[in-house]
Amino acid sequence: MNREQVCLLKEIMEISFVLDETALYLDTHPNDEKALRLHNSYAQRYSEMVSLYEAKYGPMKNHSMSQYPWAYINDPWPWEFDYSLC
Amino acid sequence: MWIYEKKLQYPVVVDTCNPTLAAMLLEQFGGADGELSAGIRYLTQRWTMPTNKAKGLLTDIGTEEMAHWEIVGTLAWKLVKDASVEQIKGTPFEAHYVNHGKSPFPHDAAGAPWTASYIQSKGDPIADLHEDMAAEQKARATYEWLISISDDPGVTDTLRFLRQREIVHFQRFGEALRIVQEELDSKKFY
Repeated sequence: MNREQVCLLKEIMEISFVLDETALYLDTHPNDEKALRLHNSYAQRYSEMVSLYEAKYGPMKNHSMSQYPWAYINDPWPWEFDYSLC
Repeated sequence: MWIYEKKLQYPVVVDTCNPTLAAMLLEQFGGADGELSAGIRYLTQRWTMPTNKAKGLLTDIGTEEMAHWEIVGTLAWKLVKDASVEQIKGTPFEAHYVNHGKSPFPHDAAGAPWTASYIQSKGDPIADLHEDMAAEQKARATYEWLISISDDPGVTDTLRFLRQREIVHFQRFGEALRIVQEELDSKKFY
């Protein structure tokens, strides 16, 4: 685990949280176009950032592609990160 | 179905080794108003929801609760992972330790194991959404008691985040209740 990985992961976590929040709001306000635009722009950013992260540090999900050997199982797991590094 | 993402919803930082605080935090890991109850409750209630908005909301909040369950387990783990047996002896975590070692376990702060009787799914959307709103308030209150006893700044920071989520969920469930009520009313003809 290095500082660079923690920083990138925390950035992804931040964008992901925006999506958690916009998704819940849109569940009860599906016709709010402004909120939907916000959601879509963060959804695009999210997939770009995850691609960048996975290329460097391996799969975030077991449905992602991996280099050999299968890197999904590599540590650190989410509960093992020292998030104070970044 | 669900797919796991290798990340937490919130960056959990713990500043101290504190077995007593870990034992108290398990209230939200396996207690009546904890995150496990919340997740299982909402995900179970989905089948009998009459509107798509409520189905989506229960799916998404239920899923978020499982992420909160993971956060609470991480808090408890980080508080004990470096503890020596001497640091555990004489604390409320000692009784947990002799059964589970340092693994979190879904029981409440007093050690009562999690049970499905903590939750309800009535097959009645009005009753269920009222239960959900009450559950969010009870969880908020629990987080406030936990914040009042926490002497670890990192833990307090994460507890504040979790408390805030209860408030947002309460708001969304309130909207879902109004939506379901309007839907049911619109089907009545006299």
